[in-house]
Amino acid sequence: MATPHFPETEFGDLHRRLLILRVGLLLVVGLLGLRLWHLQIREGPYYRDLSENNRTRQVLLEPARGLIYDRHGVLLANNVPSFSLYVTLEDVKDRELLVKQLTDLLGLDSALVRKKLTAKGSKLLPRKIKDRMTLRDATLVESHRLDLPGVMIQVESQRNYPGGMTAAHILGYVGEVSSEQLEKPEFLDLHQGSVVGQYGVEKSYDRHMRGVAGQKNVEVDALGHEKRSMVVERPQAGNDLYLTIDARLQKVAEDLLGVEQGAIVALDPTNGDILAMASRPGFDPNVLSRELTAKQWVEIVQDEGRPLNNRASQGQYPPGSTFKIPMAVAALETKTMSPSSTVFCNGGYQFGKRLYHDWKAGGHGYVDLHNALVHSCDVYFYTVGQRMGIDVMAEFGKDFGLGKVTGVELPSERSGIMPSTAWKQKAKNEQWLPGETISAAIGQGYVTVTPLQMASLIGTVANNGLSYRPRLVQAVMDRMTGNLMEIPAVPRGKLSVKPETFRLIKEALADVVTKGTATRAKSSVVTIGGKTGTAQVAALRTGPEESIPKKFRDHAWFVAFAPVDSPKIAVAVIGEHMGHGGAAAAPLAKEVIEAYIKLAPQVPTVISERSGMEGTGRFSNDS
Amino acid sequence: MINPLTEHRGLDSFDIRYVALILAILGIGVLSIYSVTYGQRGVGTPYYLKQLIWIGVGAAAFLLMWASDYHHLARFAYPAYAVVLLMLVVVLFEGRTSKGAQRWIAMGPLSFQPSEFAKLVLVLVLAHYYSKAPRVGWLQRVIVPGLLVLPGLLLILKQPDLGSGLSFVAIYAAMLLMVGVRSQALGVILLFSIMLFPFAWEGVWGSLHDYQRQRIMAFVDQDYDPGGKGYHALQSRIAIGSGELLGKGLYGGTQSQLKFLPEGHTDFVFAVFAEEWGFMGVLVLLALFVGLIWLSLEIASKAKDQLGALLAAGIVAMLCFCVVVNIGMTAGMFPIVGIPLPLVSYGGSATIMTMAALGLLLNVKRKRLSLFY
Repeated sequence: MATPHFPETEFGDLHRRLLILRVGLLLVVGLLGLRLWHLQIREGPYYRDLSENNRTRQVLLEPARGLIYDRHGVLLANNVPSFSLYVTLEDVKDRELLVKQLTDLLGLDSALVRKKLTAKGSKLLPRKIKDRMTLRDATLVESHRLDLPGVMIQVESQRNYPGGMTAAHILGYVGEVSSEQLEKPEFLDLHQGSVVGQYGVEKSYDRHMRGVAGQKNVEVDALGHEKRSMVVERPQAGNDLYLTIDARLQKVAEDLLGVEQGAIVALDPTNGDILAMASRPGFDPNVLSRELTAKQWVEIVQDEGRPLNNRASQGQYPPGSTFKIPMAVAALETKTMSPSSTVFCNGGYQFGKRLYHDWKAGGHGYVDLHNALVHSCDVYFYTVGQRMGIDVMAEFGKDFGLGKVTGVELPSERSGIMPSTAWKQKAKNEQWLPGETISAAIGQGYVTVTPLQMASLIGTVANNGLSYRPRLVQAVMDRMTGNLMEIPAVPRGKLSVKPETFRLIKEALADVVTKGTATRAKSSVVTIGGKTGTAQVAALRTGPEESIPKKFRDHAWFVAFAPVDSPKIAVAVIGEHMGHGGAAAAPLAKEVIEAYIKLAPQVPTVISERSGMEGTGRFSNDS
Repeated sequence: MINPLTEHRGLDSFDIRYVALILAILGIGVLSIYSVTYGQRGVGTPYYLKQLIWIGVGAAAFLLMWASDYHHLARFAYPAYAVVLLMLVVVLFEGRTSKGAQRWIAMGPLSFQPSEFAKLVLVLVLAHYYSKAPRVGWLQRVIVPGLLVLPGLLLILKQPDLGSGLSFVAIYAAMLLMVGVRSQALGVILLFSIMLFPFAWEGVWGSLHDYQRQRIMAFVDQDYDPGGKGYHALQSRIAIGSGELLGKGLYGGTQSQLKFLPEGHTDFVFAVFAEEWGFMGVLVLLALFVGLIWLSLEIASKAKDQLGALLAAGIVAMLCFCVVVNIGMTAGMFPIVGIPLPLVSYGGSATIMTMAALGLLLNVKRKRLSLFY
């Protein structure tokens, strides 16, 4: 047995000290317990939240944008799946490395990638770096997922326009919402990267077609790799649009314009439905809905033909002789002229020191209203204008919708100008000169109109003064409920014009086609009434049309309706720098009218089909 | 010579409560390691299986120690310390580097951590030193043993292994406290200063420039907090706190399952356990540790002689220190130093060493009960 080296007392001390150790132990463990109680019980919910945030990333689920159909249910815009590459900065450890990896792997522009990675925005929300990836690239990224923390491939819907350039100006295009747009109240429900309509009905009906984004909570590990995902809110698909246009007629109209610049508008005068609205040159909305490089964008914007301009609703042209239609109505209504009173036309009209020419050098001789319209006698209308004065002309012009927007559902519609003394005072702070009335009387000078206004005007005449607001959308289908909400035609009221006046004018317009200035519009299929117009571009013209450079040649107008007895279609055609209306524009209008007459009876519209099935008027259930 | 009587009394020392507590804590450890590595399709043997093997080896060491005689072992204290020091030197030159620290000696496919065994040997050395002769006076009581501790301490800090280094100082301080110094207050202050060292460290730390910190960090402790943003500490606090009262259940610990919490199976295993089993589980684990330490203190106070008492006290102090500092650091009370939770954290060297130490403790009890040895 070993001898204790320590005295007994000191061994006893050891016991005492062990006691201190015990007390100390309990104290320290008590402290630990207290700390853990504080962490787990008192602050538990707080840490629970932190742990939830730690592992979940919110991913927005983009809603499917509403589809667009024509009046017969032909698909004009849909969505196709496409792969997009997203990066969540929170999970990216080395940004420069990622830039290098992405450029090496996919051949992306490193400067562009870097710019997108450093752009402002939440670190927790994935940001789009590339869209419309090929399947091969998407697979490549997926297979390198482990080396690319924070990178993910999302399948998204990409806007697609099966018709390519067809109806591009009506449909418009979509694009990512801009930072400026995001600050506006109507885009409050959107976020960076949301796709919104930027033009056409895509823009004007964006609210309907946009849908509501859903949300997915993705559980990620510490490297940002997705482990599980849970849909919190399903996205709500946007509503579908049923347009009033007939895709086939639209195609006909566009093909008729071909490479020329101009516009064709065809509408149904009995309800304002726009059947076709062509504008050339056009663009491919598929290209514009993609992310364009700055260079591509500049190319499109600076194109001399201004392809993005919808000439039908945004192009403002002098109406030329087509303006003689409202002039004729005014002349009869104000009793400035009686149907039988005549004016002698010797080929010119002397006013003050200036001689205003008639388009026909020798003149038309004695002309009454009927012949003045049929042969488009300028001198007759110089006389009418001179007698009525500009303000009376303006009153009638405005009644026919000139000088103000029609209210069609397209962004940035232009109003044209219906001048008056008050207008000139206000716009130019100058007095109206009497000579200007004479120019205005044949649709020159200050008067400008859009082709859409002219289609509406001829439609109003065709419909005996009862006019409707031109419309492009006839129904919206609610994707969530399946309800088809019909958008009613909007009457703009009836002009207080005697029926007799319209009868006389329509008779004259029919003769324009049968024996007047627009015999090229004469159809074997249907009776057509119309009026030619030639809008002067350059004041000084010498020599024959062919010798003038194209850009100084006149614009060719033709406005028409058919059939003459019970009009179903009203058309306005403008061909920029195409010369005389009767020669260049009238045949195009004829083609459109004939196409429509042939097409129309074959297929009922979607709306009448649906309404017919349900037997109800406004609302019917699709399911 | 096997004396039936001796053997009978000796078997009495095989305290079933003591062994049950150890097994329960080991069980919690294996379960937590199993859970944290559950979703990982690792290559080779899974961690929990390897830990079971270490426990098997540890059990053998435990029985060996229990069956041996601490008096004989004490005679080999100095040579054993010399061997340990040699290994610590070897590790500096030949050691396997992992996460910036050279702590392991490779032996074929296995590798072990000499610093873990150094702790147990140090307890043996100090107990042997104090019990050999009445060490009186400052020189013999404090300075000489201090010089014994110093080479091991420096070698460990050089690895660097701050956690083991602190354990070394704690064992020395606990021994001083046990044998008593002229002013007991000194021992108390020393022990507390060890406990409070991390806080003081934080204070000094806070006044340093970034580059200074990085330089010091690069020397002292490389594997923790590389970003200097308290990432580990925060993730650990989140793991523990989000466990709340009842925990998230087995495999339910998102912090560890999704790898937000690093080192989930080793130094931060307590956070994993706390996340999955909540405050209730934590209380159970703490109670198990308190029970084990309580029984150990019992053995220490009833030891037959000075050597046994000091040996037992040293082992208990070592155990206490590791448990308190590990839980304290995972709970965000202390800054993070690399100290595993005894019997729970994954690790061969630490598990085997701890079980051997507990076997030695039980040996102290056995020797008290046996009449002849």
